[in-house]
Amino acid sequence: MFTPHTQKDVEVMLKSIGIEKIEDLFTEIPEKFRYPKLNLAPRLTEIEAAMELESIASANGSTKDLLSFLGAGAYDHYIPAIIDNILQRGEWYTSYTPYQPEISQGTLQAIFEFQSLICQLTGMDVCNASHYDGATAAAEAMILADSHFRGKRNKFLVSRAVNPQYRAVMRTYFQTHDDVHILGDEPETGIETDLQKLIDQIDNDTALVLVQYPDFFGRIVDYKPLIDAAHAHGTLVAVATNPTALGILTPPGELGADIVIGEGQPLGIPLSFGGPYLGYFAVTNDLLRKIAGRLVGETQDVDGNLAYVLTLTAREQHIRRGKATSNICSNQGLMTLAATIYMTVLGKEGFKEVSNLCYQKAHFAAEQVGQVEGFTLAFPETPFFHEFVVKSEKPVADVLEWLRDHDILGGYDLGQDYPELKDHLMIAVTEKISREDIEYLAAVLKEEYHD
Amino acid sequence: MTEPTIFEMSSPGRRAVKMPAVDVPEVPLPKGFERQNLAFPEISELGVVRHFTRLSQLNYSIDTGFYPLGSCTMKYNPKINEATARIPGFGHTHPLQPEDTVQGNLYLMYHLQKMLAEIGGFAGATLQPAAGAQGELVGALMIKKYHQDRGDFQRLRMLIPDSAHGTNPATSAMVGFEIVPLPTDPRGNVDLEALKSLVDDRLAGLMLTNPNTLGLFDENVEEVIKIVHQAGGLVYGDGANMNAILGVAQPGKIGFDVLHYNIHKTFSTPHGGGGPGSGPVVVAERLLDYLPDPVVDIIEEGDEENPPLYGFVTPAKTIGRIKSFHGHFGLLVRAYTYISMLGAEGLRDIAEKAVLNANYLQEKLKGTYTLPYDRSCMHEFVLEGFWEDVPEIHALDIAKRLIDYGMHPPTNYFPLIVKEALMIEPTETESIETLDRFAEVMLKIAEEARTQPELLKNAPHHAPIKRADELKAAKDLVLCCYPMGLEQD
Repeated sequence: MFTPHTQKDVEVMLKSIGIEKIEDLFTEIPEKFRYPKLNLAPRLTEIEAAMELESIASANGSTKDLLSFLGAGAYDHYIPAIIDNILQRGEWYTSYTPYQPEISQGTLQAIFEFQSLICQLTGMDVCNASHYDGATAAAEAMILADSHFRGKRNKFLVSRAVNPQYRAVMRTYFQTHDDVHILGDEPETGIETDLQKLIDQIDNDTALVLVQYPDFFGRIVDYKPLIDAAHAHGTLVAVATNPTALGILTPPGELGADIVIGEGQPLGIPLSFGGPYLGYFAVTNDLLRKIAGRLVGETQDVDGNLAYVLTLTAREQHIRRGKATSNICSNQGLMTLAATIYMTVLGKEGFKEVSNLCYQKAHFAAEQVGQVEGFTLAFPETPFFHEFVVKSEKPVADVLEWLRDHDILGGYDLGQDYPELKDHLMIAVTEKISREDIEYLAAVLKEEYHD
Repeated sequence: MTEPTIFEMSSPGRRAVKMPAVDVPEVPLPKGFERQNLAFPEISELGVVRHFTRLSQLNYSIDTGFYPLGSCTMKYNPKINEATARIPGFGHTHPLQPEDTVQGNLYLMYHLQKMLAEIGGFAGATLQPAAGAQGELVGALMIKKYHQDRGDFQRLRMLIPDSAHGTNPATSAMVGFEIVPLPTDPRGNVDLEALKSLVDDRLAGLMLTNPNTLGLFDENVEEVIKIVHQAGGLVYGDGANMNAILGVAQPGKIGFDVLHYNIHKTFSTPHGGGGPGSGPVVVAERLLDYLPDPVVDIIEEGDEENPPLYGFVTPAKTIGRIKSFHGHFGLLVRAYTYISMLGAEGLRDIAEKAVLNANYLQEKLKGTYTLPYDRSCMHEFVLEGFWEDVPEIHALDIAKRLIDYGMHPPTNYFPLIVKEALMIEPTETESIETLDRFAEVMLKIAEEARTQPELLKNAPHHAPIKRADELKAAKDLVLCCYPMGLEQD
């Protein structure tokens, strides 16, 4: 399958090489290890494979069948039809890293446009060609800060209201660095929005503070005091951001962030059970040379025509090897293209419309659910974007199961990450959710309460 | 030819996709947080389609022609993979759905873990790493933790052959290993004497690419692994070149302790203009407990009436979570589809034809181009792109001239141990006619180098742009187009 060789081709090739059989090409492999019997299922034809995969997928309940209020880092947005249509052009998805700029101008210009759109969206100066996802971008922000201070500052503060998976990945990346201390997300520091306990921990040994905007609970918090406090100590501030929210919210760049990162999945990338997504990574000009990953820059060809190339490659592993800014060797190529088309096709007005729809519908949902007996809004005084937390009188597991019986994925049980938020449910609402869907959710919850 | 940027195409008031009106009572935007300006482009939908279609036409791709980019395994990406990955049951599942609503996904992941472990001869697998480089990071972290758990805190030296990918030393540096370069012997194998002199109780391990980046299977691999193991080190396998030995040899059985695959190379998932990759890691028994959190396992055995229940579990001594959620699931569906269509027999066929194609080309080119390691190769081989009699011609010139003949250049200037390297990997999906045509062009270019060197020096002549000024790009940095209507300082 997938090899075009006829018997005659093989004979001609063997003769040309001067051997008798293909096996003669593998004699350098010790004989006892050669040609093991692999325990794999018999091969399938295309039609059989298609049916097999359909059958496997049918054991899933997808967001096509279920009404979903799940968010917590991945969001079910509408994806305009144009995106996948363009993505499926072979010139996009069967090309590789644009190391030969003369025949890669498409990929290079698309990345350049991605960088430009993300800078515009976040209010930052420079953006790279992407990291794997929001969590790894957060870890890379730590690597950048560590390198910025040449390892001389050892304290990294991360708010407890940052996505728990981001915090887990940061700790995984730095577990072998005994001198690096990741602090600030202890239960004692808490999740208060005044951030005073976090601010109090910033000192001259602090390399980086990472906060999330809107935070993991969907809350919109004013980070200006924290950023000012951090800068007073020379500390860098990274802000993890939901890109959809930036359609209506002040960009972190305007608040004074040094690094803005985030999960790019909401920008036209399918849920696909968690990946592939993309992590965007933008910085101020001051940090430009410390940034990891690929960067595309503008230049000219020898005839003076505008051209794009990968630039500042001396930071990267294939040149600097052990002294590189990171070991990253790919970018999320096709996903950045999806995000670029998404931001372009929605454009200035459409992007704001999506953002506003999410905001408005989430507020309607919060009001509706908050009125159901047995449920109260956990943070009624704090502004939020498209995700909110309710406290339930009954165990969240029971509530979710009841909703499931009505084909609703009710949201995220916060108790699994936050012991202090046991019995708290987090509900996300996107533009795909209609008013009727929200009313249905509230009605089903009401019914449960009276059961 | 030049395509304007999306910002240059923008025209105030023009719209593409519109959103419906708000169907709920509106509340004011949060005070003090209202965004003032979002200078995104304003283009019609057809304008957007044409822009990205025209851009695509400036790209060279596997679907348009021969792409012998060494070390990248630019094989055909079967279209069926794209169809299966888009089945709504896969594409529209949220990563945090309750496990009982995603049994299909978990079934697929469980069985792909098994398949990848079996193909490599290992005991278990993680599908979480987002790319080969992240797979390396997982491997290096596991090796470090393994030694620490045994009280071997002094084991901090990682041996890395001088032919290795740049990611190997970069990864080792990230986990705090001391990088110890390991020379290559005149036959292209690990230098055994050097290896013996470099191992002691400070040894953490060896990162070995086998077949290596010269396209050669290390003739002493058993001895190499034995030396490392006897010194208490572990052997990491960079599986970038697994395409050469699928179904022919299992690294785990030879003695490797851990290995990453590059799904986008070996198992045909799209390269996507630079990613996304996917770098599952397979491990021997002694590293099973260190795998990233979580892996998929059977939670409840099935019976005659019910299938088993699959779920996520945390390995006992896990290094922790390495990325959000469960890895690049969409790519895992593609790889699962591909492996299902090959089976054991098809996998062996892949390796055999990849190696046959490479040897056929090597044989045709080696008289005209210097072959520094003159042996039977695996799936790729490395030539010198340099001749003593025309010293002004470099590998880069040969590469650029290939573009004029409608072919993608090989990888050049890597591996670093070959002068003016041209690293050629034809892959198994190319026909003899394509290989003959490439060989013919390469011989013609060698001739042109002598008769019309300027043709090479000024190449490409037939590409969307001429050679680009990379120094200027780095000197006069422009990394963003300036969105219209936005003040720049």
